[in-house]
Amino acid sequence: MQEELLEVKGLHTSFFTHLGEVKAIRDVSFSVHKSEIVGIVGESGSGKSVTSLSVMGLLAHPGRVTGGEILFKGKDLTKLTKSRMRKIQGNQISMIFQDPMTSLNPLFTIGNQITEAILTHQKMTRAQAKERAVEMLKLVGIPSPEKRCNSFPHEFSGGMRQRAMIAMALSCEPDLLIADEPTTALDVTIQAQVLSLMKELNQRLGTATILITHNLGCASSICDKIIVMYGGKVMEEGTTEEIFYEPRHPYTMGLLNSIPKVDGEEAKKRLVPILGTPPDMLNPPAGCPFYPRCRFAMKACAAMEVPEQHLGDTHRVSCFMCHPQAPAKEQYEAQKGGIRRG
Amino acid sequence: MADRVLLEVKQLKMYFENRKGLLGKKIEYVKAVDDVSFKIHKGETIGLVGESGCGKSTTGYSIMRLYRPTAGQILFNGVDLAPMSAREVWPYRKNMQMIFQDPYASLNPRMTVADIIGEPLDIYGLCAGKERQERIYELLSTVGLGKDHASRYPHEFSGGQRQRVGIARALAVNPEFIVCDEPISALDVSIQAQVVNMLEDLQESLGLTYLFIAHDLSMVRHISRKVGVMYLGSLVEFAETEELYTHTLHPYTKALMSAIPELDPAVSKTKKLQMLKGDIPSPIDTPRGCKFASRCPHAAPRCMEERPEFKEVSPGHFVSCHLAEG
Repeated sequence: MQEELLEVKGLHTSFFTHLGEVKAIRDVSFSVHKSEIVGIVGESGSGKSVTSLSVMGLLAHPGRVTGGEILFKGKDLTKLTKSRMRKIQGNQISMIFQDPMTSLNPLFTIGNQITEAILTHQKMTRAQAKERAVEMLKLVGIPSPEKRCNSFPHEFSGGMRQRAMIAMALSCEPDLLIADEPTTALDVTIQAQVLSLMKELNQRLGTATILITHNLGCASSICDKIIVMYGGKVMEEGTTEEIFYEPRHPYTMGLLNSIPKVDGEEAKKRLVPILGTPPDMLNPPAGCPFYPRCRFAMKACAAMEVPEQHLGDTHRVSCFMCHPQAPAKEQYEAQKGGIRRG
Repeated sequence: MADRVLLEVKQLKMYFENRKGLLGKKIEYVKAVDDVSFKIHKGETIGLVGESGCGKSTTGYSIMRLYRPTAGQILFNGVDLAPMSAREVWPYRKNMQMIFQDPYASLNPRMTVADIIGEPLDIYGLCAGKERQERIYELLSTVGLGKDHASRYPHEFSGGQRQRVGIARALAVNPEFIVCDEPISALDVSIQAQVVNMLEDLQESLGLTYLFIAHDLSMVRHISRKVGVMYLGSLVEFAETEELYTHTLHPYTKALMSAIPELDPAVSKTKKLQMLKGDIPSPIDTPRGCKFASRCPHAAPRCMEERPEFKEVSPGHFVSCHLAEG
């Protein structure tokens, strides 16, 4: 059995706003093993970013973890003091953000910013840290790193800035890297480069990675395991193959159906959208958050919490349709096809 | 009827002036659109793809005459819009409308949905009073919204619904041609399909013609009949969709295609990426030869010296590459 690095158990996170408590995450559990890439997929408002901020201890007021445990190497991060947490942030767990433009300080050189991260956490002299920064920039494929070390963020292109962010995040050799939509602001060609860089570094350094994305294609290309979130809950979790070839949750199936297929004939086929709109998180539906948009919704879905169904060691689904006694199974079985194995 | 050319763009150039130096005497030109030509037939959808900064949106804006092109012709139903003044263009713009990328920024937060949709009706004096009200309700139902939405403000809507309001506004004056500038890229995946399906339905029922600008190549493949690929202000390849995706000729198009994230994990995990080296050159000092030569894996000495022509290599398939000719 692989070693568990991070285990999130029954996490609840809420934002206490003027309008009331927004329960952004409700009872989320998952685990990340050593040197594994886990994808968290979901739409805006599904709670995927809040999950990562909770793990990272970066929730800003009025957000707060209201329940559950976040076990990192056996320690519960929710119980740590701020100063103890600081020792972990950026050192053992680090993060890459969506927009590399706003997450780098425009007033300092790239080298300066990477050295700062190293000096905060490691016992090194400034010269050694500088050397390490150059080494990191080289690792992420920035040409002539000795020179570019002295460049300011505005002298870098979007893709290079994101590479520099990755270099900074990996400079203290963290055990866990959280990448929150790292490629959303980038062009497709650059996106492909950054993703393959992340995969390569994962293989080389063995850093476990959580990739948060709304793009199923991105998740498919590098993830070992995928967690599908909707309305602050985990809808489905499985290996990448299980999620794409044998999705069981109607939301996952709907997502896969609403994306045009790349190959010839099928590209022109009419898309099958998911009707309706995502739930209002101030008053989320009582039972399954997806039930107002679900084709297979039953009375039970609205009335009660949906228990998790385990369909094997790695595959779990929160849907009554996967229950052995679910009614009208034929229709659901006929619909469930994921994408064809190519 | 389907063969009638609705819009023809000929050697369109859009340069932006950039004054430098102490007194602003030194003038540089940012060549945002540099010699773009294509035709759109009535009732079809043309996709325009490329990376950010390649000039695809500027092309759309120039066609709409939101910019005054530096040179070239924009023949809409045979009339050249390029040299016209804003006043002269005005009656023609009734036939061409635009849907913008960001549904959050393109709707005035102080206006109700009814006023937003009614504004083009007022501007062109198409209808007033009760008739105007009826028309607004009709447009709302066309885009799948209800009468009760009319008196609400944009902030009360979700992204997908706002984009529907934007589409209703574009449809208000019964245009023939709509420029869709990345209409779905700000929307969630589950909502994108709803909007794309609606655009297709409207095209069918109203006989609309679209210029669909996007960077999502799989969606462009789905919706477009023909696709143009832009790089650094110029079209590098233009062909029927299937032709372009199956017989790709230009090395840049090939690189773009290989970067599309694939859904099938078996394919996406083993796929070989065609990495492009370097970054897009500055649109101010465009290279003398082929614009793509500095990043092209197959660049020959000739590519650095001589700019390739945008030529038809097989019927309907245009490409600008020296190596694709032979």
